[in-house]
Amino acid sequence: MKSSNRYLSSFAGLVGFLLFWEVLARSGIMEAHLLPPPSTIPPVLISEFKLGIWQAMAWASLRHYSIGFFIGSILGVTLGVSVALSPRIEAGQAWLARMLRPIPPLAWIPFAIIWFGISETAAAFIISIGIFWINYFTAMSAVQAVDRDLIEVARAFGHRGFFALLRKVILPAAAPGILAGLRAGLGQGWMTVVAAELFGIEGIGQRMMEASGLLATDVVILYMFSIALLYGISDFIFVTIQGRILAWQR
Amino acid sequence: MAAVIETKNLAVAFGEDGSAETIFHHLNISIEAGEFVTLVGVSGAGKSTLLRVISDLIHPLEGGIEINTPQVPSRRPIAMVFQAANLMPWRTIGENIQLGLEGIEVSDDEKKKRIQSTLDLVGLADVADRWPYQLSGGQRQRIGIARALAVEPDILLMDEPFGALDAITRTGLQDELLRIWAETKKSILFVTHDIEEAVYLGDRVLLLGGKPAEIVQDYSITLDRSKRREGQEFLQQVEMVKTGLHEAIAMTNSGK
Repeated sequence: MKSSNRYLSSFAGLVGFLLFWEVLARSGIMEAHLLPPPSTIPPVLISEFKLGIWQAMAWASLRHYSIGFFIGSILGVTLGVSVALSPRIEAGQAWLARMLRPIPPLAWIPFAIIWFGISETAAAFIISIGIFWINYFTAMSAVQAVDRDLIEVARAFGHRGFFALLRKVILPAAAPGILAGLRAGLGQGWMTVVAAELFGIEGIGQRMMEASGLLATDVVILYMFSIALLYGISDFIFVTIQGRILAWQR
Repeated sequence: MAAVIETKNLAVAFGEDGSAETIFHHLNISIEAGEFVTLVGVSGAGKSTLLRVISDLIHPLEGGIEINTPQVPSRRPIAMVFQAANLMPWRTIGENIQLGLEGIEVSDDEKKKRIQSTLDLVGLADVADRWPYQLSGGQRQRIGIARALAVEPDILLMDEPFGALDAITRTGLQDELLRIWAETKKSILFVTHDIEEAVYLGDRVLLLGGKPAEIVQDYSITLDRSKRREGQEFLQQVEMVKTGLHEAIAMTNSGK
């Protein structure tokens, strides 16, 4: 399919969905307070924006998200790479990781509150957990999959120290996998950010909780879209950077 | 002429000490300066292993290797060409050739000069800024040769460098290698499983066989290189080496 046709079809799909939804709400098949039509959202955005609430909530969520993303990613990649490089550490973590990994980030909420209170730190902590595990496992398997022949070539041409091999072969060879993990974490982070705020930490999640208590479903939908928008922007920026770094791939 | 490489009672084994499988012991070979030596043998006899021991990628169990080459800070005495070119896909062609120059005393200007001159030598003058995936298999193998030549080695170790290429590309690269060898006067140890290739390229053909392996034959190929592609004499020499190889296989299988 030509890319212009593709964009056209994607656009038509989105518009079709919004039209269907609009008709559903306006015709009375769905009651408007249970499912407000999409045309009611722009006025809500304008009012939230004028009150300064939208900016404050988006900024707060973005802060929790960014801190959680950086901490989770840095720790995940660093530990994942280290584990892959050392058979002893690999064996040491095997059962431990298997035990801790299935625990969903939201299950840490009680401890996040006990340790950090209702605070930004608590939200960032919860967000970082999901991101950590994604990066930990992708970085580990990316390093384990590095072509041994390339390491041999580097050694044959005089690069024999651990750090020389890490810099000249292992990290660049693992970069596609590590970057894919970072991108997956980028999406996972937005999924947990709202949940982490539902218990009262300022941000988009908290605002959605307030609005749903007042049955202001249009406000809820506005913030649902806002999350999609923020995710879309962050993913677009990431993919652009990723494309630059991986220009060597066909 | 003096030998540039001499192995002395070399022994190599894989595995833990107790259950070690001996690949070879008491292996003695010697290569003169400027000589082109090809190495054929029973599979599993340790042809590639020998190259890796000489280039210090594998440590021998016993014995030693003498490398008699001048120590020059801007050069590496030994360079290796691998079966799959094994270029680093994230480096441009120029950066790939530069790999061996990082860590020896070569200025940035000199690096650029060597990259260009080796690219010229392998007949790919204008690919320095391309990525490896943009080159064909034969071109990548030429870059593998350029990467080895860039460190200005005295000894070139080649591990079945043309084994994965189609017949036409292989024939072309063999002639190109002979031209490069004539121009640069390197000592070459060339491993192959193709007897005709071994006889076509080599001043000497070494035959590795037995268990543990040893050099069972050392053929001097005196026929003029211009008469080597075809003709009665060439075919006779190929036959001779093939016969030797079959004897070596029989000997290896009988466990001698």
